[in-house]
Amino acid sequence: MRPPGSLRAAALRPSDVLRLGGHGLRARRLRVVLSALGIAIGIAAMTAVVGISTSSRARLDRQLDALGTNLLTAGPGTTLFGDPAKLPEDAVAMVQRIGAVESVSAIGSVSDAKVYRSDRIPVVQSGGIGTYAALTNLPETAGATIAAGTWLNDATAEYPAVVLGARAADRLGVGEPGPELQVWLGGRWFTVIGILDPVPLAPQLDVAALIGWPAAQRYLGFDGLPTTIYTRTDPNQVAAVRAVLARTANPAQPNEVDVSRPSDALAARAAVNVAFTGLLLGVGAVALLVGGIGVANTMVISVLERRAEIGLRRALGATRGQIRIQFLAESLLLSGLGGGAGLLLGSGVTAVYATLQGWPTAMPAWFVGGAFAAALLIGALAGLYPAVRAARLAPTEALATT
Amino acid sequence: MRPTPEPIVTLRGVGRQYPGGVVALRDVDLDIARGELVAVVGPSGSGKSTLLHVIGTLDRPSTGSVVIDGFDVARLSDNELSALRAGRIGFVFQLFHLAPGVPTIDNVADGLLYTGIALRERRRRAALALERVGMGHRLTHRPHELSGGEKQRTAIARAVVGEPALLLADEPTGALDSQSGESLMRLIGDLHEDGTTIVVITHDRDVAAHLSREVSMLDGRVVGDRTAL
Repeated sequence: MRPPGSLRAAALRPSDVLRLGGHGLRARRLRVVLSALGIAIGIAAMTAVVGISTSSRARLDRQLDALGTNLLTAGPGTTLFGDPAKLPEDAVAMVQRIGAVESVSAIGSVSDAKVYRSDRIPVVQSGGIGTYAALTNLPETAGATIAAGTWLNDATAEYPAVVLGARAADRLGVGEPGPELQVWLGGRWFTVIGILDPVPLAPQLDVAALIGWPAAQRYLGFDGLPTTIYTRTDPNQVAAVRAVLARTANPAQPNEVDVSRPSDALAARAAVNVAFTGLLLGVGAVALLVGGIGVANTMVISVLERRAEIGLRRALGATRGQIRIQFLAESLLLSGLGGGAGLLLGSGVTAVYATLQGWPTAMPAWFVGGAFAAALLIGALAGLYPAVRAARLAPTEALATT
Repeated sequence: MRPTPEPIVTLRGVGRQYPGGVVALRDVDLDIARGELVAVVGPSGSGKSTLLHVIGTLDRPSTGSVVIDGFDVARLSDNELSALRAGRIGFVFQLFHLAPGVPTIDNVADGLLYTGIALRERRRRAALALERVGMGHRLTHRPHELSGGEKQRTAIARAVVGEPALLLADEPTGALDSQSGESLMRLIGDLHEDGTTIVVITHDRDVAAHLSREVSMLDGRVVGDRTAL
């Protein structure tokens, strides 16, 4: 008698495993498409969420790059007793002396002066527009650009000329600036010489009417005290400057100075979006889970329907392990197809959305890899039980069911 | 045909009882020598199919010993039994069991899938096997394009593509008209001439009459063993 050890089952080649998996899928196309669709929808939802939020983040980064994150502002806070504080008159000059500060500018609130389209408008309808005296170097420092007309220069700063913020111009119904265009500001006519673009880092300027520092003092009784100081610093020294800014601007009462970094506010807004993204990602994960259950269902039915095939393969010499791997390969292929389609779909949605918004399209590589791995993992989990059941079928039982 | 002292199939006191008390085989002793062509006949429920499954190692006996091609089945693991089936036993079933939508040549090549041979070589041998059963002109046809007789020839090609020592056929003519059945039995006769040991289950006495040895079964027992001289 021959010793049992001389028999050895040959291993399936990887290419044959792939063929076997594909064979099962080809025979039932509609069902395969539908159950792959479940996985695809889950992956596509997650991909689009991640892609869109990454693209939005990329746009923000690009915007911050363009705006610069080295803008610091200082303004008067409140005194210890809760009264509004003031900055000293020479604060701008003192801040200028900080070594790492590249430029300093300021605006000073002219609180009594309201702006109206004409002198016929009732006094109470001031439109919420604030009047500020502005230094002539404000646009460079605060990152403001002129939408129309021109900015104040040393000459126009002496005369009743005004530059309006973007929303202020909108509220006043002012279109093209020019010598003919005047607004009723603080009880006299000011000529509108320019309109600003929206200023992302200094939204305060959007609802402002800006006039020259000397003109404010001459015509409107401005006290000459700055209310917001804008500084641009060496990008590597922002933290150091921030630490000394309050003390420098108001050496006598440093606690009465509010210092902020406007780019932080934009970044914080993005952080809020991250929380929202997490929620949507969870919804996508649920869709993926449902897709996985669809795959499991398909595989269970597939095993039930193919008992004869399983019996035949056992008769042809397939081991239990080879039956198991065949059905597992089929499930992995199914979920892999769904995952790939979902990634394509989600990336497409991201690209279209980002393009429509004028954002750069961005998709993190870790997510692409992770999403595909998640789809395969779902496929493996969904296929495991049916595959084990298929392998456990007795060959004769499988052949008898036809 | 070279007679060898060691039979390819040796059954001693084989019984098979299914859970629930159904007894399909009782105390069967059977020897099949290499190169024999054996018909197993008997009414349905007589245990023919169970006997074939036990010989084909698809089923293990409840009692007794089964030795196939020198291997004691009781001492083999499931993996070793699979290897035994892959390399030494070919099966033909009444309902063909061809994969739908798959070309004839690939259906036949699947007969070698579990032997570790590469796809190209499997296809080459499949083409030869199809040639051998008279299906050389039908390599790329799919099962639904074939007649019943052609399907069964394809199934036989799949069973013999690995050149098994033992070919087991379970009612191979059962789903065929008499003409196709006749022609199929001639093919089985030809394969036997070439030296393959073949066991055919049939309940058709006419078919059995063609074959050189006839084992009759009833109620799970061997009740007759006639060898034509």
